[in-house]
Amino acid sequence: MPKDGGIGASTKRREDARFLTGIGNYTDDINLRGQAYVHFLRSDLAHGRINDIDTSAAEAMPGVVRIFTGKDFETAGSIPCGWQVTDRFGNPMKEPRHPVLAEGKVRHVGDPICAIVAETREQARDAAEAIVLDIEELPAVIDMKAALAEGSTKVHDELDDNLCFDWGFVEENKEAVDEAIRNAAHVTTVELINNRLVPNAMEPRVAVGDYNRGTGEHTLYTTSQNPHVIRLLMGAFVLGIPEHKLRVVAPDVGGGFGSKIYHYAEEAFCTYAAKELNRPVKWTCTRSEAFLSDAQARDHVTKIELALDADNNFTAVRTMTYANMGAYLSTFAPSIPTWLHGTLMAGNYKTPLVYVNVKAVFTNTVPVDAYRGAGRPEATYQLERAIDKAARELGVDPIALRRQNFITEFPYATPVAVEYDSGDFHRLMDKLESRADFAGFAARRAESEKNGKLRGLGINCFIEACGIAPSNLVGQLGARAGLYESATVRVNATGGITVMTGSHSHGQGHETVFPQVVADMLGIDASMVEIEHGDTANTPMGMGTYGSRSIAVGGSAMVRATEKIIAKTKKIASHLLEASEADIELKDGQFTVAGTDKSVAWGDVTLAAYVPHNYPLEDLEPGLEETAFYDPNNFTYPAGAYACEVEVDPETGKVTIARFTTADDFGNVINPMIVDGQVHGGLTQGIGQALLENCTYDENGQLLSASYMDYAMPRADDVPFFSIDHSNGTPCTHNPLGVKGCGEAGAIGSTPTVVNAVVDALQSGGIKVDHVDMPVSPSRVWQAIQAAG
Amino acid sequence: MYAFDIERPTTVADAVKLLVASEENQPLSGGQTLIPTLKQRLASPETLISLTGIDEIKGICEDDSGRICIGAATTHAEVASGAGKYPALAALASHIGDPAVRNRGTIGGSLANNDPSACYPAAALGSGAVIVTNSRDIAADDYFQGMFTTALEPGEIITEVKFPVPQKAAYMKFEQPASRFALVGVFVAQYEGGVRVAVTGASEEGVFRWSEAEAALSSDFSASALEGLSLPGDGMISDMHGSGDYRAHLVAVMTRRAVTAAG
Repeated sequence: MPKDGGIGASTKRREDARFLTGIGNYTDDINLRGQAYVHFLRSDLAHGRINDIDTSAAEAMPGVVRIFTGKDFETAGSIPCGWQVTDRFGNPMKEPRHPVLAEGKVRHVGDPICAIVAETREQARDAAEAIVLDIEELPAVIDMKAALAEGSTKVHDELDDNLCFDWGFVEENKEAVDEAIRNAAHVTTVELINNRLVPNAMEPRVAVGDYNRGTGEHTLYTTSQNPHVIRLLMGAFVLGIPEHKLRVVAPDVGGGFGSKIYHYAEEAFCTYAAKELNRPVKWTCTRSEAFLSDAQARDHVTKIELALDADNNFTAVRTMTYANMGAYLSTFAPSIPTWLHGTLMAGNYKTPLVYVNVKAVFTNTVPVDAYRGAGRPEATYQLERAIDKAARELGVDPIALRRQNFITEFPYATPVAVEYDSGDFHRLMDKLESRADFAGFAARRAESEKNGKLRGLGINCFIEACGIAPSNLVGQLGARAGLYESATVRVNATGGITVMTGSHSHGQGHETVFPQVVADMLGIDASMVEIEHGDTANTPMGMGTYGSRSIAVGGSAMVRATEKIIAKTKKIASHLLEASEADIELKDGQFTVAGTDKSVAWGDVTLAAYVPHNYPLEDLEPGLEETAFYDPNNFTYPAGAYACEVEVDPETGKVTIARFTTADDFGNVINPMIVDGQVHGGLTQGIGQALLENCTYDENGQLLSASYMDYAMPRADDVPFFSIDHSNGTPCTHNPLGVKGCGEAGAIGSTPTVVNAVVDALQSGGIKVDHVDMPVSPSRVWQAIQAAG
Repeated sequence: MYAFDIERPTTVADAVKLLVASEENQPLSGGQTLIPTLKQRLASPETLISLTGIDEIKGICEDDSGRICIGAATTHAEVASGAGKYPALAALASHIGDPAVRNRGTIGGSLANNDPSACYPAAALGSGAVIVTNSRDIAADDYFQGMFTTALEPGEIITEVKFPVPQKAAYMKFEQPASRFALVGVFVAQYEGGVRVAVTGASEEGVFRWSEAEAALSSDFSASALEGLSLPGDGMISDMHGSGDYRAHLVAVMTRRAVTAAG
């Protein structure tokens, strides 16, 4: 059994006490003296030329402080993009200006045109209605293929066309892949759409800008997953404020799922306006506004071909994707369909040849960026749908086909530039087979059929690249930032510890898990360790939380800093115990001299560091505080095997998930209960994408699914009781904790599992349906059944 | 939300007086549709007249002819737990929205709004209920006049709904995945004089009676009696959740299932 409170213990989440009793401190809880409120007047047209903005009547409205337009930000920088992709021909991607407020044109419904600052929110809204806009409507560019057609209207007039980039990976493999597909014994082709999603964190975005005239310091309180990144992007690229005059605070944050990684215009506006107006400026996003302004997700249109030889070995994968960027490039948008997608196209399989082509397209829609999984769900979905279809076409068992092609030796260098350090895909599948009761499936299917339902079984395997990532590698790939993480371990005089981390917790449970790591290393109780995060003023520069990186990268930084603490405390203990440093052992919070009964307690050593009366001052500085920056030398590679059973009502098309079983490899696990929760959440989001969620624009660029009346979020009764397992993983070989990360797995592995099961169910009823696009809604299933005759 | 005043009368007479005082005044009875509409600034009433403080239009009783009479300001939750004499009606009320909606929303509010996807219109029309107002009785067949349109005159307030209790009845709702309103809902009720079938969620004209099905079921109350009966997709609502053809198909499926469930 793991030590209570240490690594491996299912310690209850200490942050829940404040979250569940309503005493958290979220950004909207922050109200500063004299603050004004901003309301953004947003475009209700998807595309239009701004001829005139008349704010005169609005400015005379009660409570109005000032109205800003794009003209106020003409000299400000563009909202920056943090990743530059180079196209197949060696050219940089197109990177049009993204203004804080619209300049010249509006490019999507929700594009902010004016910012109205007033004494109250309602006064700002009232004044917005008095603004007279003269905007000439232009044809909206919505469909990606149409956007690339000759003569299409351009989203950005200064560009040649709507193509952001045309990316090939690995370009040198293209001909060999084409050749392998030409010569294959069998080629399976699937054309599919990875549906666009709206992230829908429970807490909408909020920003409060503040400025201190006395010190010249700016402060931005914001709902962010990475306050240091916001400070760098906004300070250096948009507003020209150096880091030492800009503090960014992301206090308690109610969910992000990627959507709070990015630097948004509203943050820059509030920071800028606070100085201009010499008073704090607050913005609280409404849910309706979130649908039009939070970066959206996925939206790939893909054709994948899987080539097999006569013995059913995979010989090549070729895939072609149109990836929607929306109207502007969000912070990490170009990296999602490329490096976070193309590098995973080998999946769990030893396919020798892979070629990935991605055409990224500008459209008059909300920008698209990372969302739980980010590129990896898109890769897994298409590959695993193709494998499932291939098994059906060839008449072979889908599990046997996967097993036959599994990678079995590690480390394994894929043909798409990554090296998997560890894994055991057969063991995962063994576990899945034993736990999902495949033997009982036939009986369960018969029972469903008795009730007029079709039952299907879907299988899926996946691997993902997490713990993003080695800075020198991502730099070569176009990242404009490093991707290390940092930690400062501050041991206080009486032995308690404050850890300042650059990671950010917005629901993950860092405040519980990180102390488990530090306490375990020192042999002290986890309650002696407190985590501070989210404030650039008191945490070391860190890159924040996304890509399941916090324990793998942030946790590793914490280990390195704690190792430095251990080394120093051993020196102090050796002095106090008058023994050689090499003989000092630290166990259960006691320093002992090996082979003797001489010992000194943790608290005595820490006190000596700050009250250095008996202390080796000539050799050692007083104090006990260490910082480490950890830059990993590879990604981590969590993997899994999932099974899902669905029931389809053939009369209505409704799909119900009956069983869902997972076998995950997360490497070592620090807190199994919190990992369970991460898997539950990921699976639920994946099931949401598979069955329910669909962000839909009409041909004029109006968002049809603009509220919960039409955008279907998964609810508790949409998901089954999950049967999950993540025991006995293969440890990561290159980070000190052997951890891989667990935040995204459920969302990555679940969509193909569900759709494979739906197709299996329909086929079992003699309905010749090869594929149904997500969300597999009742009406789509019914249509597919109708079309199959 | 735009600024508005709110009045909380305690009698129907006072409510009517307040309502007719200005054309910009609007009754509020639970507010499960109206409040979100106000929040989006899609309505700007001068004064809201809350009806939920009027005791005389609350509660459930039985009249001399055995009808279940439900006060207009009675919540869905109260109908769910208190209309046991009419189990199909109680069951319908128990599946409207979520607990918050059921504890605020009222039967009068729902019928006055006449959302084309709401459940109560199907029960009222399917039961041949009488909609009682402060000035008259309106037969359900005359009351529903298309999407969000009713026979109510300005200044008229629903006070009570009288449901004749059928021999057998059931409501089958196929939920729209996002809102969980009825994508299609069918209420089937068998009375001595014949069977009534009311359909909500499907038609562009709002709730309607499926007369062909009624005729077939009146002579043989069984799912098999419906075989071969179908409705055209034309005139059915078509949106991102389903085409008109799909809705028409679902009407037939849900009608069969309602008949089976009614037993």
